[in-house]
Amino acid sequence: MTDTATPVTVDGSGAPPARRRFLAWVSLGLASLAAAAVGVPVIGLLVAPLARPVGDRWHPVGPASRFRIGETVKVTFADTQSTPWSGRTAATAAWLRRVSDTEFTAFSLNCTHLGCPVRWVAGAKLFMCPCHGGVFYEDGAVAAGPPQRALTRYPVRVSQGTVQIQTSGLPIT
Amino acid sequence: MAGSRLGTWLDDRTGIGALVRRLLDHPVPPRVGWRYVLGSATLVAFLLQVATGIALATLYVPSTADAYQSLQYITHDAAFGRALRGLHYFGASAMMILIGAHLARVFLTGSYKFPREVNWLSGVLLLFLTTLMAFTGQLLRWDQDGVWSEVVAAEQAGRVPGIGRAIAHFLLAGDRIGGPTLTRSFAFHVFFIPALIFAGVGLHIYLVLRTGVSEPPEVSAPADPRTYRPWYTRLLEREGRPFWPSAAWRDLLFATVVLATVIVLAWVVGPAPLGKPPDPTLVDASPRPDWYFLWYYALLATVPHWLESLTMVLAPVIAIIVLLALPFVAGRGSRHLRDRPWAPVIVLVIVGGVAWFAYEGGRAPWSPRFGADPIAAAVVGTTAGPVSDGAQLFHDKGCEYCHMIAGTGGVRGPDLTHVARRLDRAQLVSRVLGGGGDMPAYAGTLTDAELQSLIAFLESRR
Repeated sequence: MTDTATPVTVDGSGAPPARRRFLAWVSLGLASLAAAAVGVPVIGLLVAPLARPVGDRWHPVGPASRFRIGETVKVTFADTQSTPWSGRTAATAAWLRRVSDTEFTAFSLNCTHLGCPVRWVAGAKLFMCPCHGGVFYEDGAVAAGPPQRALTRYPVRVSQGTVQIQTSGLPIT
Repeated sequence: MAGSRLGTWLDDRTGIGALVRRLLDHPVPPRVGWRYVLGSATLVAFLLQVATGIALATLYVPSTADAYQSLQYITHDAAFGRALRGLHYFGASAMMILIGAHLARVFLTGSYKFPREVNWLSGVLLLFLTTLMAFTGQLLRWDQDGVWSEVVAAEQAGRVPGIGRAIAHFLLAGDRIGGPTLTRSFAFHVFFIPALIFAGVGLHIYLVLRTGVSEPPEVSAPADPRTYRPWYTRLLEREGRPFWPSAAWRDLLFATVVLATVIVLAWVVGPAPLGKPPDPTLVDASPRPDWYFLWYYALLATVPHWLESLTMVLAPVIAIIVLLALPFVAGRGSRHLRDRPWAPVIVLVIVGGVAWFAYEGGRAPWSPRFGADPIAAAVVGTTAGPVSDGAQLFHDKGCEYCHMIAGTGGVRGPDLTHVARRLDRAQLVSRVLGGGGDMPAYAGTLTDAELQSLIAFLESRR
């Protein structure tokens, strides 16, 4: 075996190693660029919902005179953020309680344990969750079961005799 | 003869014939028996899902407005629609059971050891992807359970520290259930995850052919990197037999039995029933996951509060890490159960635990029984007076949702059929008013007269 001064091993193309290395890097670079050019809009579309500004509106749910003091009722209204193809899922609801002549409280339907819809059991004056048995008092405080937090409240106001609720997205607890 | 000439020409230009012959003739070790049919049956179940899934996708409308109606149409009107939904539903169940059984078998025969570590890793990946398919598939049913499963999944993801909210909104495709929620689950269920499964299956089969089927531990040599490969090669030369048909007949027979079972169940039992419509304002819901997630649902109702977020976030991560680490921690040495007596114990504990939690999940003793009928007059013993009034209150105030009397009512709290034998009047009053444990306090809910009647009723329960 003889050592040559320039250990140029030449492949079929006759290109020296430095040139092959350069070509390899250019090829990989171009491929990465192309992948990124396609990947940005694909990934961008998927993560866009994370950045979407949440503009929550006030939803009218009925004249104040319809609600009796001490009663808790379900109010339903259309979600203004829904898409045209949302169908029935565009409907949303809250538990509305008239505490006094002027004071209303609105609770999210979602149990603070894992989000299942709590039911108002009027006789017991309790909210009960069908999933894992969470129970809340009429003021939303935890009464029993796995939940650790009171029911999420929505802001309520009475404007020109109409009760309005400001909802936000699913409360992630 | 024209056919044979065409075949020769095609084989000459493509080499496919040679490839197929190599696949069919690859030698398998001796005494490879019925234990080795689970992987191929899982693959057959997957192919069944692909075929039935494509058929269903030709009618299913992945929009939150119309998905439910399109499923009603598929189930009740479309030709073979009900059968196809049934096949897809029981096919999913078969795939979950078979992939779990295959995993257990590979663990028990120590087949994850050298030189088949990456076979195991690709199998763990496929298990993870299959679980994702089961979950997203359940959502696509887009009835009430589908909607609330999506909500519960988002809430669970929300427990991840720091990025929980972001993951939840990624799953929901927004900050609430809406139009984009279903299309996202649909795209993952029919395009993204199946593409990964195809790739994973390809890798898995390639590796099985490359490393060879693991020999049953009775004839096994210890998995020693220095000696195993030459030993295995000699074993195949000496006693190996071609896969087709010496081993393949068992795979085909078992897969046929699996398919036949799925077909019979699909026709006789039918698909998972569609629940109420996907209307988030309908609060008369009792969301339950499909059977393969019931054990997890039960686990979340059972663990103490302080363990809850850990169970939701850390436990799945730990489970995946343990599975991935296994071939690196225990990748060598004897594969025989005689030298690994803990292996069947681990499998039994896991299978037993999952079965027990799944049973509890089906019973859901922690859930209030909203539909409980009032206590029968015969049980109450009277139709007038405070005892009778109390019995009515026991129903109206929701006591009965959680407490059973003479077989009627919930099982969340203690059975009160004979409560007066254990508790005196003062104790009863104290429990009702003050609550405690997992019982709400009724102090602000009952008038004095109501309390007297309720206590009178409970005191009559001897």
